[in-house]
Amino acid sequence: MSDWIEVGTLSDIPKQGARVVKTDNGDIAIFHTDSGDVFAVKDECPHKKGQLSQGIVYGNKVACPLHNWMINLDSGTAVAPDEGCAATYPVKMDGEKIMLSVTANEGCPNS
Amino acid sequence: MKEKLVVIGNGMAGMRTVEELLKIAPDAYDISVFGEEPYGNYNRIMLSPVLAGDKTIEEIMLNDLQWYDDNNITLYKGVKATEIDRKKRTVTGDDGKTVSYDRLLITTGSTAFIIPLPGHDLDGVIAFRDIADVDTMLETAKTKKNAVVIGGGLLGLEAANGLMQQGMNVKVVHIMDTLMERQLDEPAAKMLQANLEERGLEFLMGAQTESIQGDGKVEKVCFKDGSEVEADIVVMAVGIRPNFALAEQVGIHCERGIVVNDTMQTFDPAVYSVGECVQHRGETYGLVAPLFEMAKVCANHLAKHGIGLYEGTMTSTKLKVTGIDLFSAGDINGDETTEDLVFKDESRGVYRKIVVKDNIVQGAVMYGDTIDGTWYFDLMRDKTDIGDFRATILFGQAHLGDSGHGDDNRVAAMADTAEICGCNGICKGDIVSAIMDKKLFTLDDVRAHTKASSSCGSCTGLVEALIAHTVGGDYSVAPHLKPMCGCSEHSHDSVREQIKKQELKTMPAVRDALGWDTPDGCPKCRMALNYYLLCQWPTEYKDDSQSRFINERAHGNIQHDGTYSVIPRMWGGMTTPQELRAVADVAEKYNVETVHVTGGQRIGLYGLKKEDLPDVWKEFTDAGMVSGHAYGKALRTVKTCVGKEWCRFGTQDSTGIGIKLEELSWGSWTPHKFKMAASGCPRNCAEATIKDFGVVCVDSGYELHVGGNGGIKVRATDFLCAVKTEDEVLEYAAAYMQFYREDAHYLERTAPWIERVGLQRVKDEIVEDAEKRKVYAERFYVAQSVAQDDPWKERVDGSEKHEFLPLKEIRG
Repeated sequence: MSDWIEVGTLSDIPKQGARVVKTDNGDIAIFHTDSGDVFAVKDECPHKKGQLSQGIVYGNKVACPLHNWMINLDSGTAVAPDEGCAATYPVKMDGEKIMLSVTANEGCPNS
Repeated sequence: MKEKLVVIGNGMAGMRTVEELLKIAPDAYDISVFGEEPYGNYNRIMLSPVLAGDKTIEEIMLNDLQWYDDNNITLYKGVKATEIDRKKRTVTGDDGKTVSYDRLLITTGSTAFIIPLPGHDLDGVIAFRDIADVDTMLETAKTKKNAVVIGGGLLGLEAANGLMQQGMNVKVVHIMDTLMERQLDEPAAKMLQANLEERGLEFLMGAQTESIQGDGKVEKVCFKDGSEVEADIVVMAVGIRPNFALAEQVGIHCERGIVVNDTMQTFDPAVYSVGECVQHRGETYGLVAPLFEMAKVCANHLAKHGIGLYEGTMTSTKLKVTGIDLFSAGDINGDETTEDLVFKDESRGVYRKIVVKDNIVQGAVMYGDTIDGTWYFDLMRDKTDIGDFRATILFGQAHLGDSGHGDDNRVAAMADTAEICGCNGICKGDIVSAIMDKKLFTLDDVRAHTKASSSCGSCTGLVEALIAHTVGGDYSVAPHLKPMCGCSEHSHDSVREQIKKQELKTMPAVRDALGWDTPDGCPKCRMALNYYLLCQWPTEYKDDSQSRFINERAHGNIQHDGTYSVIPRMWGGMTTPQELRAVADVAEKYNVETVHVTGGQRIGLYGLKKEDLPDVWKEFTDAGMVSGHAYGKALRTVKTCVGKEWCRFGTQDSTGIGIKLEELSWGSWTPHKFKMAASGCPRNCAEATIKDFGVVCVDSGYELHVGGNGGIKVRATDFLCAVKTEDEVLEYAAAYMQFYREDAHYLERTAPWIERVGLQRVKDEIVEDAEKRKVYAERFYVAQSVAQDDPWKERVDGSEKHEFLPLKEIRG
């Protein structure tokens, strides 16, 4: 079972933007897309560990600021033809509050 | 229920359309395909290398049968579509099977034209069109000796070369006096013929074939003058004809091909057609580049995006015969209104002719050394005024693919281990195998898969040459103006024009009005649109920080470890003890690891944490220093030497004019970074002749230079003009910057911009018309009136605070 932790409200994160939650196991980037969805992804590009939170957010994707790899925010996988994935974390809304679990979803070896 | 799309024809055009469609609307249609040949889809333009033994059939397959399975496409393999019922919307095959459609795509391609000579139907008389023809040729070559190829055009020569490689004695029969007369002028054709003769081909020029004779099987070819030659095989390669019999038979309007509009629809709007079978704006095409463009437009329309228009293609030709380099594009013969620029060096086997009209390239023929073909093609397509480099244009774009490659640009001769892309460490072999294994055709494909030329871009020319070399002759580099990104079909120029014309003032308005495919764009177009809107509506548009690259959002350059650099402005490269003290204090207080004197005469502090940036900026703000914009597509630095104030050679106050230039232009956003310099005398210690805008002081005043670059590709500036006073320098600088801001594409430095539009255009706008110059300068001042707020001070005062703070910390 996930332990849900409140990390802030939706209005704390600009649309098409991201902010970071610092944890003992590294930073987690919380993304707020243009359509209003929220995703939590490890703040580390599978390519050269660029901070995804600093990238440009478009659709449900983010472009890594270092070498422009595109990462799908829902799955954490790189957009083909690039290969690799960043771990994703369970995140949900409770009213305006963003609730995060710091136990990574399964499926990505980089968690 | 899904709509049904039926494709008649399993060739390159049809399957490329399907691929494009699957990319943008994977679930839009149930797709079925009628393919006459019993194979998947193969790369027809690579048949020549297969015949020559350079490649195998497997190597030229584009879509194997598995691909159809994987994409749920029903392939009726070896089935010829023989009937279309446009009322019931069904297609029937020659096996009696009937399939219904909602939309139909006819891609029946073309057929080789067979001259109806007596004996044309004998065994052993074939065309050069498909795998079966190639098989026949390969089989014949195993046991027989004599081959005759009728037709001295591109296809005929490739067939002849292939048969010769297979060990046959080949005679090429051509009705004209020179080879490839549509693509080559006489000198180039003669050089080509001499070269091919040296390799062993025989030519019968100006020969009129009368009949082909033999007893059931071809034995000889007879000519009108009574002569004859022995032949075990006759290949007719006299041209192709669009294959539109089926369409015509069911009442779809055809002329020389199936007539289509700009969205690739026939006169029946439910029926589309692309490829060699169509006639578009009166033209038919036989090359791969236009066919791919058509496919893209057609797929867009099928996906109901409906924004792309096909407006015709400018094509170029190369011959796929190993060891022969030949390039031809545009109007190569010219007329009384054109001039020829010619370069000929027979012992090196090099010939170039460029046809020019009013200093605009109309066409080019090259033989022996074709590396500059793509450059001439770009000049022709962009209608660049070549007046300023006409004297040297025949020697080529000498700095193509600079950065360490020097003149060693012959990609064919390069070793597989030769590094092409220095940024990403990609070698020739990596690129060639990616092109072959992954079936890549375009620069964008190669960039996506290999990363070659995707960083600094300096090797783009080399990568394009490699693609052309590897995929063969029909590759056209940039057949029309490229879309600015994958979200729409609009080019940079058309977007800028529409922003102005339709008074579009927000990003969503642009995307709505111009039919973007994506709801909120992509990084490429967001950054560009943000700039274009800002440039067009400086006092109205609200900058969208989420559409800026992190460096411009955080006002520092992100480093590979996620830390940032901070570089305060030092006006004209001048500083004071107080400023230096402030720099030293910050460096100590924040444990800055690296303090570096930059190439732009500033001091950079490296390794600062993002959270610390606002505090660091506060220190600098308090010391009276502002952001140096060392991170932005913006005015960077104005480098100076000390000038006549100190130097015994100085002619003017170069530091003074440098500071004034920087005060004038700091804070302005530009399509790409913009650097200036002012030198006090022609010794040019400030290196003003490799800057975007350079001032060289002389005794009589100031020389102004533009379009220089000391980076990726070194380019010395072009001389713009000389002026007498400081005020003039400032006005010219403002006008020039504004013209660049309004005209260049986003991420285009002044050097490639000037090469694209021509220096003359800059002179027309800025130098020769004083009124225009004033108007440009005035618009620059307006833009600057709202741009010169120090972003560091704004952040210190609290704006965009969220950018620098974590959302939360969760510990233990």
